[in-house]
Amino acid sequence: MSENTAMLEEQFRRRIAGGETIEPNDWMPDKYRSQLKRLISQHAHSEIIGMLPEGNWITRAPSLRRKLALLAKVQDEAGHGHYLYSAAETLGISREEMFDQLHAGKAKYSSIFNYPTLSWADMGMIGWLVDGAAIINQTTMAKCSYGPYSRALLRICKEENFHKKQGMEVIAMLIASGPKGKAMVQESFDRFWWPTLMMFGPHDAESPNSPDMLKWKIKLKGNDELRQRFIDMTVEQAHAWGLTIPDPHLKFNEQTRSWETGEIDWKEFQAVINGNGPCNHERMEARRNAHDNGAWVRDAARAYEAKHRRNGGTTV
Amino acid sequence: MSPLVAYLLSLADDRLILGHRLSEWCGHAPILEEDIALANIALDCIGQSALLYGIAAEAEGNVRTADQLVYFREGVEYRNLLLVEQTNGDFARTIVRQFLYDAFGILLFERLQRSTHAPLAAVAQKAYKELKYHFRHSSHWVVRLGDGTEESISRTQRAVNDLWRYTDEMFGAGFPEAELITSGTAVDPQLLRQEWRTSVEGIFAQTSLTIPDANTVMLTGGRTGRHTENLGHLLAEMQIVARSYPEIAW
Amino acid sequence: MNAPHQQPDDQWDLWEVFLQEGENEPHTHAGSIRAADAENALQNARDVFSRRGAVKNLWIVRSRDIVATVPGDTASFFEPGSDKVYRHPQFYRFTLADELWKKP
Repeated sequence: MSENTAMLEEQFRRRIAGGETIEPNDWMPDKYRSQLKRLISQHAHSEIIGMLPEGNWITRAPSLRRKLALLAKVQDEAGHGHYLYSAAETLGISREEMFDQLHAGKAKYSSIFNYPTLSWADMGMIGWLVDGAAIINQTTMAKCSYGPYSRALLRICKEENFHKKQGMEVIAMLIASGPKGKAMVQESFDRFWWPTLMMFGPHDAESPNSPDMLKWKIKLKGNDELRQRFIDMTVEQAHAWGLTIPDPHLKFNEQTRSWETGEIDWKEFQAVINGNGPCNHERMEARRNAHDNGAWVRDAARAYEAKHRRNGGTTV
Repeated sequence: MSPLVAYLLSLADDRLILGHRLSEWCGHAPILEEDIALANIALDCIGQSALLYGIAAEAEGNVRTADQLVYFREGVEYRNLLLVEQTNGDFARTIVRQFLYDAFGILLFERLQRSTHAPLAAVAQKAYKELKYHFRHSSHWVVRLGDGTEESISRTQRAVNDLWRYTDEMFGAGFPEAELITSGTAVDPQLLRQEWRTSVEGIFAQTSLTIPDANTVMLTGGRTGRHTENLGHLLAEMQIVARSYPEIAW
Repeated sequence: MNAPHQQPDDQWDLWEVFLQEGENEPHTHAGSIRAADAENALQNARDVFSRRGAVKNLWIVRSRDIVATVPGDTASFFEPGSDKVYRHPQFYRFTLADELWKKP
């Protein structure tokens, strides 16, 4: 490392420690840039892949109100993916490159979206659990040091307010409808509980990127702390609804005033992260198809623009 | 069923079925921005249908709710145009279907704003604003696809050739009932034909697309429940959850 | 697919979007979108940034047409402005006028 770089890094460290926001044109260490590219693009991919399990039920939504709410929610996810791709682009990586990485299987995205949606109750479960977990992550990350990411997350958090609520409304109404509705909710809860806990990532001790990211404020809390916050909040809600948590080891620790769970099946987590979850293939296939089948449309729009640019520009 | 209820249902069914088809694109569109755009239009269509089912249910005396009208009617009871139930196919086919309907819908709902049935006039005011944008979007795409690449022109022309036979139904005689037209409740669709044709020609003139010749054999039947086979599959999917658990309030 | 991109961007051009959210308010930067041409950009900006309404007007401009200062300019461009106290109302003091303004 040259003396100059060392000085810049020290300045950078001090700016972050002083609570300053880093903007796209500012000097930043290469590793800060590359970690952020990875982080933001993964988050963007998660939004886009995340459209699929819910999109799967839009055409089957059982009332007009539910259909409109679900479609609006999935559309928001496209919008959020969009904000995030834009934020990542400020770091000098194009959306095209990010798509290439995703379609080549080189990019990761949230493991939860590799699980199938098998019943209508899953639409409630995704809103309640998955969005609940995402909100905990995102509200924390909104205070991160990189301006464009922080601003995208603030906008996302504001818009996602209704996502969790619509999920909880789906569940509440199913439960209020009687034993059949409640059974549907419990069955769905049994499938989603553990995969949702995995969303927070490995234990801090096994999380290879954490120390740097904490230092640079592109991660603000440890995985375990955020997971615990989620567990404490959700166990209470599940109990209030009369749901059984599918964990025989779950117990309340009187000293810490916290709920302690059994161990997560990390082998399953690794399998899903490495492309071998129940729906990894289908999700990737759907994205590749959308991209490939859309190529002629994107070409046509570009060809039209080129023709009319020569003729004096397109008119609005 | 009263002629008024039948008319309101036909308007609602058109919006719902078209919106349903568009919603099938969600997550699969050619580019992210277009995914968001198609979902917006789908939301407008389904939202308009919800309002129209609401006033249809009211006109029927509230014997059925809007949701019951959607989820518990059989295919043969649906009153939508054959055009809107046609499958998405490629992006060109979806856009052409949308464009052919929007060019009609914008004329229809502009006039329905002055319907003597006040609830319908109110819904039409909201719908007309949205339809104006839909038409801007779909005609924008017809122009780009129809004057883009060789491939896009040929795909779009193929869609036009295939879907054209469903366009006559929009202007058919006999629906709605004459009394609704006389009373100013409904619009006589026959009066929209020429203006629709001019509008479609105006857009096509900016492209390499041609309008199929006048000998095209036209298909009708949607307004009397004689649908294409596509509707049955669409409804089976749409209604499965609601019908499997009739006791659940969603 | 992973070859360097000599072709024009498959995802279309990048445009910046500026929204005016209320009467008499300035346009502020909302974000960016991809679009193939100007009309396409207006429509995409509308769909991405006004899903929840509250937009009066929007501007779009190709990102490559925006000229900006760079961080190295900060000192020479902006700091000289901050010590010109006479540009700020707090610089001016008087007492008598205060009383006069209050009279109907």
